[in-house]
Amino acid sequence: MGDHVTISVNGRPLTVPAGALLSVVLAQAGITRFRRSVHGEARGPLCGMGVCFECRVCVNGQPHCRSCLTLCEPGMEVCTDD
Amino acid sequence: MSARADVIIVGAGIVGAACAAECARSGLKTLVLERGPVGGGATAAGMGHLVVMDDSPAQFRLTEYSRRLWRELADELPADVEFDPCGTLWVAADDSELVEVRRKGAFYREQGVRVETLDACGLAEAEPNLRQGLVGGLRVVDDAVLYPPRAAQFLLQRGAGAGALEVRTGVEAVSLDADGSVALADGSRIHGGLVVNAAGCAAPSLSPGLPVRPRKGHLVITERHPRFARHQIVELGYLKSAHAMAADSVAFNLQPRKTGQMLIGSSRQFDVADTAVEHAILERMLRRAFEYLPGLSRLTALRCWAGHRPATPDKLPLIGPARPGGRVWLATGHEGLGITTSLGTGRLLADQILGRTPGIPVEPYLPARLEKGGARHG
Amino acid sequence: MTESGNNAAAPDVSAPPAVPETRRMDCDVLVVGAGPAGLAAACAAAESGARVVVLDQSPWAGGQIWRGEESAPGGSQQRAWRRRFRESGARLCLRTTALAAPRRNVLLAEAPDGPLEIDWRSLVLATGARELFLPFPGWTLPGVLGPGGLHAMARSGWPVAGRKVVVAGSGPLLLAAAHGLKAHGARIRLIAEQAPWRRLLGFGASLGRHPGKLLQGLSLGSGLWGAPYRAGAWPVRAQGADRLESVTLTTGARSWTEPCDYLACAFHLEPNLELPLLLGCRVEEDRVRVDSFQETSVVGVFCAGEPTGIGGADCALAEGEIAGLAAAERRDQAKALFGRRAAWTRFRDSLRVAFALRPELRLITTPETIVCRCEDVTRRDMESQDHWRAAKLQARCGMGACQGRVCGAAARFLFGWEREGTRPPVFPASVGSLAGLPHTNPTVRPNPQGCP
Repeated sequence: MGDHVTISVNGRPLTVPAGALLSVVLAQAGITRFRRSVHGEARGPLCGMGVCFECRVCVNGQPHCRSCLTLCEPGMEVCTDD
Repeated sequence: MSARADVIIVGAGIVGAACAAECARSGLKTLVLERGPVGGGATAAGMGHLVVMDDSPAQFRLTEYSRRLWRELADELPADVEFDPCGTLWVAADDSELVEVRRKGAFYREQGVRVETLDACGLAEAEPNLRQGLVGGLRVVDDAVLYPPRAAQFLLQRGAGAGALEVRTGVEAVSLDADGSVALADGSRIHGGLVVNAAGCAAPSLSPGLPVRPRKGHLVITERHPRFARHQIVELGYLKSAHAMAADSVAFNLQPRKTGQMLIGSSRQFDVADTAVEHAILERMLRRAFEYLPGLSRLTALRCWAGHRPATPDKLPLIGPARPGGRVWLATGHEGLGITTSLGTGRLLADQILGRTPGIPVEPYLPARLEKGGARHG
Repeated sequence: MTESGNNAAAPDVSAPPAVPETRRMDCDVLVVGAGPAGLAAACAAAESGARVVVLDQSPWAGGQIWRGEESAPGGSQQRAWRRRFRESGARLCLRTTALAAPRRNVLLAEAPDGPLEIDWRSLVLATGARELFLPFPGWTLPGVLGPGGLHAMARSGWPVAGRKVVVAGSGPLLLAAAHGLKAHGARIRLIAEQAPWRRLLGFGASLGRHPGKLLQGLSLGSGLWGAPYRAGAWPVRAQGADRLESVTLTTGARSWTEPCDYLACAFHLEPNLELPLLLGCRVEEDRVRVDSFQETSVVGVFCAGEPTGIGGADCALAEGEIAGLAAAERRDQAKALFGRRAAWTRFRDSLRVAFALRPELRLITTPETIVCRCEDVTRRDMESQDHWRAAKLQARCGMGACQGRVCGAAARFLFGWEREGTRPPVFPASVGSLAGLPHTNPTVRPNPQGCP
């Protein structure tokens, strides 16, 4: 333990344990709205296990990544819809 | 509907729906029978393009006429029909294709179809995600795309709003008879003034001997990736693929949907009975698309599916009485152009039924044209 | 599908790319799913000398049930299995998702570094289960999660300490999740189980035949000291502006509102049948049909765990071992385990009876309630349709990223619609993976605008 990496969340740097689960890191950072639905509603994780796709965020320019299955890696750029 | 229908239409795909809407709006009591859901056959297996095509003069006239009818309807289309006047971009990969681009452009201009010829730079500007090295293209400005199953439903609702139109889903017709009646799978029979076989690939089972063959096509749709492409993009080799009547073929065709999703085609196969996704042809189709849009491989695919489209030997649909003077009529055989040509088909069919002067000559589409070859049907 | 973002040289885009070969792998037994059933199958097959590959789409082995609890009390069973798995020689591919079956005896999967085609002689499907979510007003608010999902994420560090949590829905998972969340510092305000007491008592009596489960039940009961447990109560509405603030529950006779930070709510489990269906395995009454060796209707394809009937981890372990042995052609050895499995399949049957859903739950989905969360399709949009396919075509439900996993299960309960077959890909995947195209240029951005 003790290994930390820095990622960027909505343009702000965030230092997190290496290999931390991205959905968890975002929640710890106080983010509740991970994405907006097609009609603009706020959405956050529902199933927590990769099935519902409500926790999707944009990672390194790639949209629609399930944050509940994504591990934090150094330099990762993450955008939520917050 | 208590009184006998003037017209019974078998099939609620987009062609049947367009025919029904035209009949109902022309004052005919119209009944539509559909064994599955509305727009669940070839309509759901189609890409949804509203395009002008010039494979033959007759194809050009029908597509151009139909596209005009869609344009007239555009303001009425509800949002969920996803009508998008994005235009079509025909892409030339080499100089020989560029010659074809110029020929096509000149012909369209001459016919009053709005087009713009693009050089390599113009092409890159129009679609930044196309690979470098493509030599030019032709933008057909007034082409459009939509979501076909909802369009079929809309046409039925529009017809019902303007006249006497009833739609019965979950009702399977098993035979059409010369007296204008339809025998149903449950053993009952419905009588009408005339009956229109608009059953798409199932049309030959209702009109034995009809020279309509199912042609299988694969599609892939992506998640929402808005702005990845702005136009419908088609390779010039598309027509070569459409012409190949024997071998399996693929051609690059991509449509941006109003939702921001990308719809990827196309493949063509004859004599494959099932609609299972075949990985080998899917892979060929996708790799062909990556040759034009390398970045496409990075988008997220949601779903692949395959379906059948009803093809005729001369690649023109069958619109009119199965036999001259008969009470069984045909509106099928539209293959890959049924979404575009549905409106023209409906109008030409109603014109013929009511003895009105059609907007374009109907002769190239009359079923009787195929009788010369000896095939008898209906 | 995240990529490590090394800045590779810009790809040459001036000519059509060459056609690279798809990466291949070969094994005797391929196991999909690294939960208890999959790990047991892999151990049994590998210990029999088979070359075994195990895929799981998550970054961890153990499935949802064993996720992150190695050090927890009661973790000895899974610690033993993990050790056994490590020593078995089976190869584990995490973050690897099964997508399609391009040819007979070949599975196409997507790994973090690109697609992978795996040739197999026997295939064991241990795809597990997900929670069954039923729609009610407000269920789309952030803060409403599945009890299993919230518990699983809490084990990965999701902040629940000091937060007020209402646990609701149905199934034994409610107790396990409440217990686990409490251990992570959550304040459990209420556990509301929709099943009536008389059913639960019947279930409790049946637990007597399963000493392990009984002990588990008792320890959970004592651990929840102070958290009220209500049978015959269910949520009808969640409230909040941009996130959850309270939930209204009912017993049918009386309704009341509980303020809370999280509502952990699901109505028991729903098996993951997408891959079995894609492979053509026969499914009846929401279960993959298997013979006594766990073989499905497709020769050489086995299935173990929740997809053959929701029965919990012990049932899954027993089935997994039998499937693994049979897949490695050790049917005689597999027979010796039939007795152990039988005990747990009886438990599975009692679960079905005890936690059967009450018909009133069909009423919590109001006409305005969103049923399909991916495409924002309401119940009203759907109920004019005759069946699932019509609803997909005409109302777009099930057409989004979850491919109908959430709304399809809800629609089967609400409208009694039949399940449809699966189309590839089994999970959304990159278009390139679907075509078998190795990921060569991870820095190419699909969207020129990048993040919105």
